Amino acid sequence: MKTNDVILQSAAKLVVFVILTFSAYLFLSGHHEPGGGFIGGLMSAAALVLLALAYDLDTIRSVLPVNYRIVTATGLLLAILTGAGSFLFDRPFLSHAFDYFTLPLLGKTELATAVLFDLGVYLAVVGVTMTIILSIGEDR
Amino acid sequence: MHEIGMTIVEWIIGLLVLGGALLGALSAFGLLRLPDVYTRSHAATKSTTLGVMSILLGAFLYFVAYDNYVSAKLLLGIVFVLITAPVAGHLIGRAAYKSGAPLSDRTVQDDLKHAPHTDTQLREHTDGQLPHERERQRE
Repeated sequence: MKTNDVILQSAAKLVVFVILTFSAYLFLSGHHEPGGGFIGGLMSAAALVLLALAYDLDTIRSVLPVNYRIVTATGLLLAILTGAGSFLFDRPFLSHAFDYFTLPLLGKTELATAVLFDLGVYLAVVGVTMTIILSIGEDR
Repeated sequence: MHEIGMTIVEWIIGLLVLGGALLGALSAFGLLRLPDVYTRSHAATKSTTLGVMSILLGAFLYFVAYDNYVSAKLLLGIVFVLITAPVAGHLIGRAAYKSGAPLSDRTVQDDLKHAPHTDTQLREHTDGQLPHERERQRE
């Protein structure tokens, strides 16, 4: 049956950007405010699920040709590597460091290696959630 | 001067939050009192959207006035609710119509009955009735 989803699809196009922006905000603000890799990743996955609801799985796959299992693996690898990176500086596993840098646009900024670990969590959460939902959605 | 300004801001915040809560309560009464899905979704989407938006605006003004903190999250929330709540109401209403939720007894006219792309084919095969409407009559 031919369906007519113009309203849902146009609203989804707008709203997905709001959700993705907010998830990036949550991911970056995790150090000083509520947020972090986990809910940032869940919100990004929610934006992708909204797209999959408004359109269909094939469209999502052609727009974002990503294998989410590889995304999960990359996230885990990143988390392990940031943990193991502390061995290079003769510190125990998962010791984190931070320092202040002067960046061109942002000025004095605190950069911490914990953000890299959080990026690993983010990628793992996005990958696992999308793998679950896409593999459930396929079997129709 | 400054104190008068703060009193005015206090009144505006109070009216916004109380008015929003009142609108939410009104839409809850609408959900209880109205006869069918469509009128209920009419009550639920419109007045709660405005209610939530005015409560969020009150919270935004509170943080601006008392903490000197401009919360972009609250503004984003207002815009987000404004975009999404009516779309959700539309989708629920459409899903209800497509699955054949009955209209109220006082309905005068059903414009969508002969509209293209709804369920015309399905309705033609069953003498203008959806399958489960026919089942309901049989019972």
